[in-house]
Amino acid sequence: MYNFEFTKPKTVEEAATAMAAEGAQALGGGQTLIPTMKQRLASPEVLVSMTDIEGMVGVAAHGNTLTIGGATTHAQVAADAADLFPGLAALASGIGDPAVRNRGTIGGSLANNDPAACYPAGALGSGATVTTNKRDITADDYFQGMFETALDEDEIITSVSFPIPEKANYQKFEQPASRFALVGVFAAKFNDGVRVAVTGASNVGVHRWTEAETALNSNFSESAIDGMSGNANDMIADLHGSAKYRAHLVGVLTRRAVAGCG
Amino acid sequence: MAADGGMGHATKRREDVRFLTGRGKYTDDYTPAKTSYCAFARSTVANGKINSIDTTAAAEMPGVVAVFKGEDFAEVGGNPAGWAIVSRDGTPMQEPKRPVLAHGKVRHVGDAYAAVIAETLEQAMDAVEAIDADIDELDAVIDMAGALANDNTLVHDEIGTNMCFDWGWIEDNRAATEEAIKNAPHVTTLKLVNNRLVPNALEPRCSIGEYDPGTGDYRLTTTSQNPHLTRLLISAFVLGIAENKLTVHSPDMGGGFGSKIYHYGEEALVLAAAKKLNRPVKWTSTRTEAFLSDAHGRDHVTKIELACEKDGTFIAFRTETMANVGAYLSNFSTVTPTFLHGTLMAGNYTVPNVYVNVKTVFTNTAPVDAYRGAGRPEATFSLERVIDKAARELGINPVEIRRKNFVKPDQFPYASAAGLEYDSGNYDALMDGLEMRADLAGFEARCTTSAKNGKLRGLGINSYIEACGIAPSNLVGVLGSRIGLYDAATVRVNATGNISVMVGAHSHGQGHETAFPQVVADMLGIDPMSVEIVHGDTSKIPFGMGTYGSRSLAVCGSAVFRATEKIIKKATLIAAHMVEAKPEDVNFTDGEFAVKGTNKKVSFGDVALKAYIPHDFPIEAIEPGLEETAFYDPANFTYPAGAYACEVEVDPDTGKVEICSMVAMDDFGNVVNPLIVTGQVQGGLAQGIGQALLEHGVYDENGQLLSGSLMDYAMPRADDLPNLVVDHSNATACTHNPIGVKGCGEAGAIGSPPTVVNAVIDALQRGGHDVEHIDMPVSPGRVWAAMNG
Repeated sequence: MYNFEFTKPKTVEEAATAMAAEGAQALGGGQTLIPTMKQRLASPEVLVSMTDIEGMVGVAAHGNTLTIGGATTHAQVAADAADLFPGLAALASGIGDPAVRNRGTIGGSLANNDPAACYPAGALGSGATVTTNKRDITADDYFQGMFETALDEDEIITSVSFPIPEKANYQKFEQPASRFALVGVFAAKFNDGVRVAVTGASNVGVHRWTEAETALNSNFSESAIDGMSGNANDMIADLHGSAKYRAHLVGVLTRRAVAGCG
Repeated sequence: MAADGGMGHATKRREDVRFLTGRGKYTDDYTPAKTSYCAFARSTVANGKINSIDTTAAAEMPGVVAVFKGEDFAEVGGNPAGWAIVSRDGTPMQEPKRPVLAHGKVRHVGDAYAAVIAETLEQAMDAVEAIDADIDELDAVIDMAGALANDNTLVHDEIGTNMCFDWGWIEDNRAATEEAIKNAPHVTTLKLVNNRLVPNALEPRCSIGEYDPGTGDYRLTTTSQNPHLTRLLISAFVLGIAENKLTVHSPDMGGGFGSKIYHYGEEALVLAAAKKLNRPVKWTSTRTEAFLSDAHGRDHVTKIELACEKDGTFIAFRTETMANVGAYLSNFSTVTPTFLHGTLMAGNYTVPNVYVNVKTVFTNTAPVDAYRGAGRPEATFSLERVIDKAARELGINPVEIRRKNFVKPDQFPYASAAGLEYDSGNYDALMDGLEMRADLAGFEARCTTSAKNGKLRGLGINSYIEACGIAPSNLVGVLGSRIGLYDAATVRVNATGNISVMVGAHSHGQGHETAFPQVVADMLGIDPMSVEIVHGDTSKIPFGMGTYGSRSLAVCGSAVFRATEKIIKKATLIAAHMVEAKPEDVNFTDGEFAVKGTNKKVSFGDVALKAYIPHDFPIEAIEPGLEETAFYDPANFTYPAGAYACEVEVDPDTGKVEICSMVAMDDFGNVVNPLIVTGQVQGGLAQGIGQALLEHGVYDENGQLLSGSLMDYAMPRADDLPNLVVDHSNATACTHNPIGVKGCGEAGAIGSPPTVVNAVIDALQRGGHDVEHIDMPVSPGRVWAAMNG
């Protein structure tokens, strides 16, 4: 690890000021960034911690919207959203291991946008809105490919707002070593339509599976998507699975997610 | 009579108290005053010509004390192979020099070509980044067939080939085996890969060199499974330091699994640097360095043929294997795919013909050497997979085809067609026990239940034999070994009656500190807690050969036994003197020396005290003191054997395999501590299941290690494993060592991989999929691909 400065602001404004500095890097729970720095693969000059900022931690429901503070840990979401949005809480409860869940934050995960992370599927599959210190960004605009987002370099995710669906379910097929999603599918049924988001599988990162959404909009059941699979041309191929295998799993997991919605 | 906690008692491991409470003292915990820190510059290319290495800028970085390059060690010796193999045509194996630091060429990703010593580790790492290495990347040879076919791209230009040797075993059986296969009513052929594994001991390697200019003494504190051998290699081959001026100490160690048997260049470097700088030099491997530079395991490609009668009677086994040795010969890389592999190729069976051909291949990958099981897992996997395939082709139950060919209890000692003499065993009894413990009779009903849940269930059966405690020295010498394979122990009875036992074996998870005292205490009729084991420090222990190949109890434990016998003999003389009787009239039982036919007796403790306060000794007849040493060279290997069963469920939608049950029925001979033995088997099973389902060291065509971190290299975790049933009650004692023990450290890793794969294939076959084989690791993607053509 290279040397760096560390700052732990108390307000969003202080954080924004700190983030404006040359070489500044936001730090959530550090579950990706710290190991990367330990391997000398990242060398930020200033780490700006997001975890002590007033108003950026917590889970609250307003009407049919669940709002999660940007620095809220996965463990807290798993616990506090269990009754309000069980599908999302279950997703959070399956991220990493207990150590990761007690340190990692939703803002950190969404800002990093690892193509195999769980939260991007939850956010995109719910049609969430990412709120920053500058603006609101819809999930459809926010995710822009592997590790790419709509965020400016100094932008801070202050909260994420999730429309609460009628029902939702997340299915993850784990890559055996990292236990990130080899393929993960989040399916949510709203009164105005179905959203299906796929993580882990694709070269374009998290994305919606519109063919399945169309089929499920007319008939929200496993049989509506029987035999369907993702587009193998877009899929990642590596030592853990071929593109064809991932495309197949997209179909299997979507059916299981629909079934899991009950 | 066994003392409390003596032979056969399931005593909890005494060393676990310090390990589990954070009080273990590992190499990295040791930081002598004025320690400097070492970091290595390692190749990022698989094959490269070093044009120049400019260390000027690095040397001027803050805190840098010294920078070393390959040319600084050009004049010192190479790290040698410990076993010379002769090819079928009589030519000796190719043995290119393995230098301390790469010089002229780098030969695999991770090959160290420079080292920086600095005041802090961070400064050393910063300076490594400032080294300007001009290295031309060359084409690399990665896969073995390609390496053998390629005369233009050579790992070692000076030897003119990528083949180390072409070995036949037993060459005199070649023609007869060929003839038998040609005339056989049925021949089953299988091509398979034994996947490359990265050992991943919990504790990475670590080495600290020290030099005392006042005495000229060197000290190497290092993660080693055999400190005496490391000292010998450094002294006799690499640095030429006099053995009596070098202490090698391997303290507590978080696992080795073979990867820490060997001497590595980093050890020589920190010692040489400590002398030059006159201060301690410390290097601690990162996990990344461990992936790139620890000796890997397995990596065989094999074609095996089984010739048999239509009724399943075996006629011949023949194999052609390519075995990867990587870029350099690690110390035991040549014996592992040969004498630890080919000699096991008759299995537990009365097959009359066996012929094994092994070509070992240099590639631009990390060196490959013995890893838990070392050759025997590769042999067992080949045999037990082809037997399963033959059983299916012939329509014979997999249990029955094995039973039909087992060596029977009345045939021991049995000379196998692969050149070993099995001393004892009862393979039918193991299979009987397995059928009961695994409830094989209930399998079909469980299949039905699985099918109702949409899963394909399968049953895998395996019977293995292995060879532990490689020996005897006079035989291995004939076969090419450059070392002896005895072990040694000194039993020192202290004046107050407690005992220190200095042993050549090194304990790093095997439980020696608990099990060895059980042997001594049992013989002396004393409390095992009054016996302490001293190991790991060459300045304290006799010259032993360390820990590997499941040898510790069978070989070193036997040395402990022999030394304790000598103690009893001498103590009897002292006791006879004390009670004024003839030695032949004194009996030693339950810790007391008693004169036959009288009530005169003296305790072991009183004899110990007398030995050190010999005021009235007949000094011409009895020396003072009570300390004895024994070197034990076994008459033969020991031959643990077992019968394993595994049941799996395959998810037909995803190809994911879940292990529902794993039953290990092993024969380890006499058992000193059943709790430790069970733990050893459980650990072995976890590693074997890891090989079968999860682990894979994968290089791309450019020689980059794709599975070079725990993010891509899948180690088995608790939730990957079923409840493991371990049973070692069906035992036949080893006939040639004094304790009657075999070896248990590797059995689980040897027996389980083919059991798991057999079960997966069985599940797919029962599910209507015509799948004959899937290479390990049997990952979900591979299973799904096999099912879906």
